[in-house]
Amino acid sequence: MTKQSPLNNPFAAVSSKQKKKDAAGTILFAFFTYFILGCTVLILGKITLDGLPVLLKAEAPFINTEFLSKSPMTLYEFTNENGEMVRMDADDYRQFREENPDAVVREEHTFSYAGGGIWGPLVGTMLLVIVCMIAALFVGISAAIYLNEYAKKGKVVTAIRLAIMNLAGVPSIVYGLFGFAFFCLSPFFPVLTYQPNVESSILAIPLWPTEGYLSFEGWGSSLLAGGLTLAVMALPVIIAACEESLKAVPKGFREASLALGATKWQCIRTAVLPYAASGILTASVLGITRVAGETAPIMFTAAVASKDKLPWSDASGSGLYWISDMVTQSVQALPYHIYVVSGKLPDDPALLEMRYGSVFVFLLLVISFAMVSVIMRARFRKSLKW
Amino acid sequence: MNDDQVNSSPSDTAEISQCEPIIRIDDLSFSYDLGKTNTLRNISLDIPAGKVTAFIGPSGCGKSTLLRCLNRMNDLVDTAKVTEGKIEILGQDINAPDVEAIELRKHVGMVFQKYNPFPKSIYENVAYGLRVQGINSKSVLDQAVEESLQKAALWSEVKDRLDTSALGLSGGQQQRLCIARTIAVKPQIVLMDEPCSALDPIATARIEELIAELSQDFTIVIVTHNMQQATRVSDRTAFFYLGELIEYDETSVIYGNPSKKQTEDYVSGRFG
Repeated sequence: MTKQSPLNNPFAAVSSKQKKKDAAGTILFAFFTYFILGCTVLILGKITLDGLPVLLKAEAPFINTEFLSKSPMTLYEFTNENGEMVRMDADDYRQFREENPDAVVREEHTFSYAGGGIWGPLVGTMLLVIVCMIAALFVGISAAIYLNEYAKKGKVVTAIRLAIMNLAGVPSIVYGLFGFAFFCLSPFFPVLTYQPNVESSILAIPLWPTEGYLSFEGWGSSLLAGGLTLAVMALPVIIAACEESLKAVPKGFREASLALGATKWQCIRTAVLPYAASGILTASVLGITRVAGETAPIMFTAAVASKDKLPWSDASGSGLYWISDMVTQSVQALPYHIYVVSGKLPDDPALLEMRYGSVFVFLLLVISFAMVSVIMRARFRKSLKW
Repeated sequence: MNDDQVNSSPSDTAEISQCEPIIRIDDLSFSYDLGKTNTLRNISLDIPAGKVTAFIGPSGCGKSTLLRCLNRMNDLVDTAKVTEGKIEILGQDINAPDVEAIELRKHVGMVFQKYNPFPKSIYENVAYGLRVQGINSKSVLDQAVEESLQKAALWSEVKDRLDTSALGLSGGQQQRLCIARTIAVKPQIVLMDEPCSALDPIATARIEELIAELSQDFTIVIVTHNMQQATRVSDRTAFFYLGELIEYDETSVIYGNPSKKQTEDYVSGRFG
């Protein structure tokens, strides 16, 4: 080597060929990395470019509150007496015709779902997430505590873990069908009602002194069925995350606690859970965020394309009966709404605004969920050290 | 102090004098894998009350395992099992079916190798053992915390910052806090599993002083891999090798005039 180098540089490159190969590798890896970045920017950029304008308007308060506060409805398009083309949603159109019965309306067209806003789907998605979160956290944390703290290591626990991991690989549509059969159709789930469904109820227990019944008739397409289906789907992620958080609590805490005469449950409650709680919560929120965006599981179990009333204004009865009626209402949901306006309706330019607007808001919603959990996690990591 | 403890415990009728064994290990064999191999084999030894007894021996000889048998911490290992013999503490077979490990551990406290205070305040760390027993009265806790910290020679250093996190203390202070936490429950016996192995020499010296003081109130069993430490702190020493008890005698005898060749080789530093 010293012979080849005229300056007697012992550190000169061995061969230019090797150098070129190295450079080529660097470029290749960099290319694919930036390719992914490019895709992300393209997707987000396109959605923001076409979706953001739907949410904004020219005059104060600059935010299109109607898009957020109205539910989807039919869009009317017609030409008025001045030859101008006018667009208005069903509510405004009805009002307009009532106020101006003699108005000239020519070349009238209607586009379903293209008018109004996304208030209904937004509310539905929120409620589904809440039901899902309550159920998934409760079941998931319990299962993780049992598996990690109580169960004896052995074949059974290994089999359970394997089963849970396999659950994570089940396609979402299968969860949807499972939820449909289990929560919606099977009559084993009770509702509180004044009028049991004669066809599906297998048992109706009169609840004296109220006039209602506890009727075993299944939940049908409902908030509860959809939320629980999502919860089942979120469980593998949540259980794994909870177990991870429990494992991260030093063994010394458990030993110290038990050696001081704490019972198993006291040990878990005072020396394990407080230090695992932050991890459990943030990871669980992340898991729930993932299923919140799913369409297939709620397609059969909860979501409907159109519904005039929100769950709480449609529920009747009082007290527990009202709650039971509300949670067994079907709802609109953002992912399903997007599926309907983008896939089920004839392609029409009038629908574009609704599509992009919905997708943009949905994306914003899911990203903010994820952001919250990531920020929470970062905070907790900083505050907990041992 | 010790006599108070004994009398306050309803299970004891007879007074136990200082020289009578508080722990009686009789032909004990112990396995970590349901009896396939015995980690401890046929160990018999009596530990006197009010004294400091040291367990010494090379790594893996079973000294820590035996210590953890004494407060049944080995219950945490699913496949752990006493295969033969028994351990009597205060005259009661501690592996009898009607013995509750939790109650046993209130009488037999433990200090661990790696100091492990909870990430709570200093006060809450010491009060923990009492709180899990359902004692929440502020005056009782205040008094117990002060008393325990004083006995652990930590009170003067932390009395002005009882509400700050225990993790802000130095390593030696944290270990003394763990000792305070253990004695707050008022056990008769304190087990110490290499309590100084994670500490520097100065902190170690302070803990050793503390052990000498505590031996007035508690029966102490200490596992150590530091032979000089055993000579400094203990009254009696047991030497273990490969799961068996080789020799057990007064510390001065073990170090000065051991009867077994293996003991002599070990204490003179020829192996281990």
